[in-house]
Amino acid sequence: MLDDPKGSQAKSKANLPRVLMVDDEVTILRFLRSVLDTGEFSLHHAENGHAALAAAATVRPDIILLDLGLPDLDGVEVIRRIREWSQVPIIVLSVRDGEDNKVGALDAGADDYLIKPFGAAELQARMRVSLRRSLQEAPEPVYSYSGLEVDLARRRVLVRGEEVQLTPTEYELLRLLVSHAGKVMTHDQILRRIWGSAHAEQQNVLRVNIRNLRQKIEEDPSRPRYIVTELGVGYRLKCD
Amino acid sequence: MRTDEDNRPSPETLLKVAQAEEAEIGRGKLKIFLGYAAGVGKTYAMLEAARLRKQDGRDVVAAYVESHGRAETDLLMEGLEVIPKAQVDYLGVRLPEMDLDAVLSRRPQIALVDELAHSNAPGSRHEKRWQDVEELLAAGIDVYTTVNIQHFESLNDVVAQITGVVVRETVPDSLLDLALEIRLVDIPPEDLLQRLREGKVYIPEKAARAADKFFKPGNLMALRELSLRRAASRVDEQMRSYMESRSIAGPWPVSERLLVCVSGSPYSERLIRTTRRLADETRAPWHTVYIETPGGSRHVRENRERVWRDMRLAESLGAQVASLSSTSVAEALIDYAVRNNVTKIVVGKPTKPRWREFLRQPLVDQIIRLSGTIDVHVVSIAEEQKQVAKNAPRQKRPVPWIGYFKALMLVLATSLICEPVHGRLEPTNLVMLYLLAVVLAATRLGRKPAMLTAFLSVLAFDFFFVPPRFTFAVHDAEYVITFGALFTVGIVISTLVSRARERAEAIRDREVQTASLYYLSRDLAVTSDLDGITTALLRNMGESLGARIAVLLPERERLVVRRASSELELDAKELAVADWAFRNRSAAGRGTETLVSAALLYLPLQTTGAVLGILGVQLLDEAAYKSTLSRRMLEAFATQAALAIERVHLAKQAEQAQILQARESLERALLNSISHDLRTPLVSITGALGALRDQGSPLELESRKELLDAAWEDAARLNRFVGNLLDMTRLESGALKLKVVPSDVQDLVGCALAALEPQLGQRRVEVSVPAGLPLVRMDMVLMAQVLVNLLDNALKYTPRQRVIELAAALADGILTLTVADRGPGIPESDLKRVFDKFYRVPVPEGAGGTGLGLSICKGIVEAHGGSIRAENREGGGLRMTVSLPIT
Repeated sequence: MLDDPKGSQAKSKANLPRVLMVDDEVTILRFLRSVLDTGEFSLHHAENGHAALAAAATVRPDIILLDLGLPDLDGVEVIRRIREWSQVPIIVLSVRDGEDNKVGALDAGADDYLIKPFGAAELQARMRVSLRRSLQEAPEPVYSYSGLEVDLARRRVLVRGEEVQLTPTEYELLRLLVSHAGKVMTHDQILRRIWGSAHAEQQNVLRVNIRNLRQKIEEDPSRPRYIVTELGVGYRLKCD
Repeated sequence: MRTDEDNRPSPETLLKVAQAEEAEIGRGKLKIFLGYAAGVGKTYAMLEAARLRKQDGRDVVAAYVESHGRAETDLLMEGLEVIPKAQVDYLGVRLPEMDLDAVLSRRPQIALVDELAHSNAPGSRHEKRWQDVEELLAAGIDVYTTVNIQHFESLNDVVAQITGVVVRETVPDSLLDLALEIRLVDIPPEDLLQRLREGKVYIPEKAARAADKFFKPGNLMALRELSLRRAASRVDEQMRSYMESRSIAGPWPVSERLLVCVSGSPYSERLIRTTRRLADETRAPWHTVYIETPGGSRHVRENRERVWRDMRLAESLGAQVASLSSTSVAEALIDYAVRNNVTKIVVGKPTKPRWREFLRQPLVDQIIRLSGTIDVHVVSIAEEQKQVAKNAPRQKRPVPWIGYFKALMLVLATSLICEPVHGRLEPTNLVMLYLLAVVLAATRLGRKPAMLTAFLSVLAFDFFFVPPRFTFAVHDAEYVITFGALFTVGIVISTLVSRARERAEAIRDREVQTASLYYLSRDLAVTSDLDGITTALLRNMGESLGARIAVLLPERERLVVRRASSELELDAKELAVADWAFRNRSAAGRGTETLVSAALLYLPLQTTGAVLGILGVQLLDEAAYKSTLSRRMLEAFATQAALAIERVHLAKQAEQAQILQARESLERALLNSISHDLRTPLVSITGALGALRDQGSPLELESRKELLDAAWEDAARLNRFVGNLLDMTRLESGALKLKVVPSDVQDLVGCALAALEPQLGQRRVEVSVPAGLPLVRMDMVLMAQVLVNLLDNALKYTPRQRVIELAAALADGILTLTVADRGPGIPESDLKRVFDKFYRVPVPEGAGGTGLGLSICKGIVEAHGGSIRAENREGGGLRMTVSLPIT
């Protein structure tokens, strides 16, 4: 179960973030290992669902890369069982590109969803975002990305230095996205946190609010740079 | 000297043996216990045999056994499973009958069925019990049954002659031939009479008097001999067929072929039976023909029913029957005989008075004159005529009293007209007026009233106008000539005119037939589907026969009503009858012998190959069901319909073959495309990887990067292609379910542009989405895919510096999304084809796509209930417009 990454030193190994890779395809595991074997991570792997659950408990990984199509357990079930006791970031890597699969995994508690095939850079970027969020003690009070600044403590929103007036709902929405910056929030997750339910009518309200929010903060609402739509899944606030 | 070669059985013989053996496979075997009178112990013998079989472990049940309370019989019945009898209600009386369906569903190996010749109670499935037995045999159940010799069809009249008792319950001889085994149950007549005296023979009360007449030593001896002979001849036949099949040379004669002609006269039946006996003696096949002549049309109408019955009798006795049409009976008969290699023609002795031979040569003489090498067998029939005529009550036609009355009035009127003018006209000219009356009567009233008119005219002329007037006395002997001439001319005229009229009527009848068949076939010729056929049938049969029609066709192993006249409702029972007709490939229901209680007559729609369906017919009156004319018409209609239905089936098959071919060519295109589109990107990917893997290669950093970029791009292309293929498969398999949600059009556009970010690079896309568009219900994921594909397409064909325009607009409840480019456009003729699968615009650069993108767009848009079209723009370029209705 435990891997001994080539070239990493035993004493520093304990301090490195532990990555658990779960996939039954040997070629994928090999690819992941070659991409991630940069000395930044300590690498572990499991080849089925039950092994993954056991490893999650014994290895105590800092991040899990999980394939959904496992031979024994469905990946979504693995996420659900891990979420019963751990908030470790889980990034799903899957060939299933249906929106239902994404929403299912995200709603079960996955932090991110990458469709195979993907580039190494993309994977590393997503991992960094997830790791940073899980490792930081408290959320940053100020979000800043490419001209957009949100000061949560003062409830102030600045676009290219100018303050923007938001309605309470719009601000709540932005605040939620900011506190999960870089992570996909599904429609359901947003609806439950802000309106307390996920009725179909609320979906319209969410879309209208997003549109209004974009009108206020985006330069060109037809090509949004901050709030990105994940089609059929939800929204993501970009961050660096 | 004969060689083995000569002894070999002829192919036909072998074929016959093979067919007989084949027919036996799957069919139940029939064992007949044959007796010569009631009380010989047939039932007892059958039960004994059944017990033995049961001891052998066979599954034996008593389907219908009547013990008549005889103790010995009851004893034998013990331990035998008895199928409860069905109770059929008839006129308030409950009649016990064999429960055919119960036996069929019980499916024993052997079923015991007593009294084969029994007639079932009206309302049963079949008229006769032997038909029940045939169904059991067809279902693969062996049957043991009992029957007396006098019940066999061909012996029926012989027995009647011997005993003077006419047996009405008959069994076709073919059943006897069918039986695998015939067991003759025989006791000497003295013993039988002894048993009768002891009261051991059960005689139904109503038959008691007949029985007295029947059970006479002479009768019994004759019957016994008859049954022994019949059983022996049967053994003979078996022996012969065994020898034939094993090619044992034997003394049997060269096969004869017999022919008998029926005319619908009362003697025809006798002729048929005689021919069957003759045929049996020589084991010859035999034919029965009916020849319709134009002059015989009067006969036809009178005897239509009898002809029909005779033909069926002949058929049930094993004859091959045919119906011909000709002006001369003799010529047609000889012609048929020559064509069918007939060796012997059977005709009846003439019964007409000898003087008529002067007028017309008797049929027998005509046949003999024409017969050539064919033997003519003349049989006596005269003595039978009275009895047969008595036995077969003729249908009474309404006596045309009114015609005779009119004839009388006509003569009176003529006399009244003659009265004022008789002084001025010669009496001979008055005769002309009377002749006129005769002609009038002949044309209007028919032959016999016309003859009466002629006779009355003579009397009236004599009485009123020939001196001395008002007496029948005649002074001038010359008038006798006038009377004779008037009478003769009157008779001749009436005969000629009425015959001409009958002929015209017959021609009209046939004309109507031919015309209605013609109309039907004309209507059928122009239809190409089943609905058209049923409509044509309904209309034509309704018009020409006044019939109500139901067309039943099989659908998934079940027969369902495809079309029926509006007033016709078929209940479950009717459907069951139709189903029976369908499975047994024979007519059933009203007017037949099977399931006669049905409301309709069911005819199979049969071609040479198979039964395609059933035609249910309800005719106007009962007589029409039995008339040859309408049955022949119905059969002609059914044949026409069957042929048309078969044609539709064949056309459908051809069409399917064509569709299959089209699909095959599409699949070939798909394969070509897939192999091309999958392999091409792999070339650069594997090439690049190969170069990088080979560490010794002296690659510059620059070319290394170039290789990698190319491989990366091609990998992306490959991924897109696989995505497209998957989308297409989902669309086509119907696995694609729209998830319609209220969507922001601007968001949609943004998503599409974001997805194309890498391809767009520095290229300009002019977006025009009016602010304040309401949310539109659509599947946003799929519609974004549509925009991506359209934009991707535009990007591919537009020069780098030109702008691509993307616009959305809402008007009249329709959302239009347009993507316009300034590329080369598409030839007008191909504008529709761009949405076809694997259509690619030939581009010199070879930057072509998968050929799937636009057809995926079309599929998605149409799933939304919208439409997509392509048009060339003014000033060059292509505009794609998607229109979505807003619901």
